[in-house]
Amino acid sequence: MSRLIRMDHTGHTTLAEWTSDDPEAVDAAVRAFRAELDQGYFGMVSTGEGHAEQVRELPLDADLVIMRLPISGG
Amino acid sequence: MACEAESLPELAGVHWRPLVDERRLSRTAALWTATTTAHVVPFLGAAAVMVAVQPLAFPVSLASLAHAWVIPELYAHRGANVVRPKPPRAGAQAERVSVGLLGDLIGHEARDLHARTGLVLERGALGAWLIGPAGALLVRPGGRRVHCYCVRVNDPELPSGDRIAHLLLALRTDERGFATVANLAFSGARWRVRRRLDRRVRPALDAAAEAARALDRRASA
Repeated sequence: MSRLIRMDHTGHTTLAEWTSDDPEAVDAAVRAFRAELDQGYFGMVSTGEGHAEQVRELPLDADLVIMRLPISGG
Repeated sequence: MACEAESLPELAGVHWRPLVDERRLSRTAALWTATTTAHVVPFLGAAAVMVAVQPLAFPVSLASLAHAWVIPELYAHRGANVVRPKPPRAGAQAERVSVGLLGDLIGHEARDLHARTGLVLERGALGAWLIGPAGALLVRPGGRRVHCYCVRVNDPELPSGDRIAHLLLALRTDERGFATVANLAFSGARWRVRRRLDRRVRPALDAAAEAARALDRRASA
């Protein structure tokens, strides 16, 4: 089961869960992912120890996709 | 997987800054050393000249020596402040949940260090990083020099674990971009920063220095 989560003031919120053989769940996850992008979030996936990548489309085979906000110099 | 390797999107907001690399970090370090020397040497010289010309001016020369000592300490204090622990603004439950997610992103060793010090150790190509909720320390290979960066996610209501996770994911995406987006608060000797750190946080800097020494050994092997 793959998960799309957003880091927010609750710690994190699970926005969608899907498996690749469930088209309805995939569709809902893709819509949720795009809605977060529209809100200014970036999609991130871990790609091995010490590495992460930004994704612009929901990677359906990823176990975990995390939405993060932009960072800036303080 | 629909992934594409790319630089940090936040770089667009600081497009005028040259991308940080090894050479630029070394140049920054040299500039900070030169600036510190330029601040300290005149006060040391003035103290020596005053005592040589008029030994009764000894108290004034002491004031000059104090200036020579205080100025670098103030700079180091500013650097240490980027990882100074602050009271959490989110609720206890949110803090727990955020730390749980952060724990999923890091290894056992880093998780243990975070539980003890509040900072996450991450090894990179530029050195060993210590990530806090509102800043990061970069211990350069060899472990003797530290760059202190102010960098944060723009939402003060986020729990501390999430704030660290934001910075960690950005760092893992593009280390050089991360160092470019962040604002440099101080660059100097590790011992100088360590003295100004909260006692609870010091073991994290020691661990980062050890990791940075290992990076240096690996590079020269």
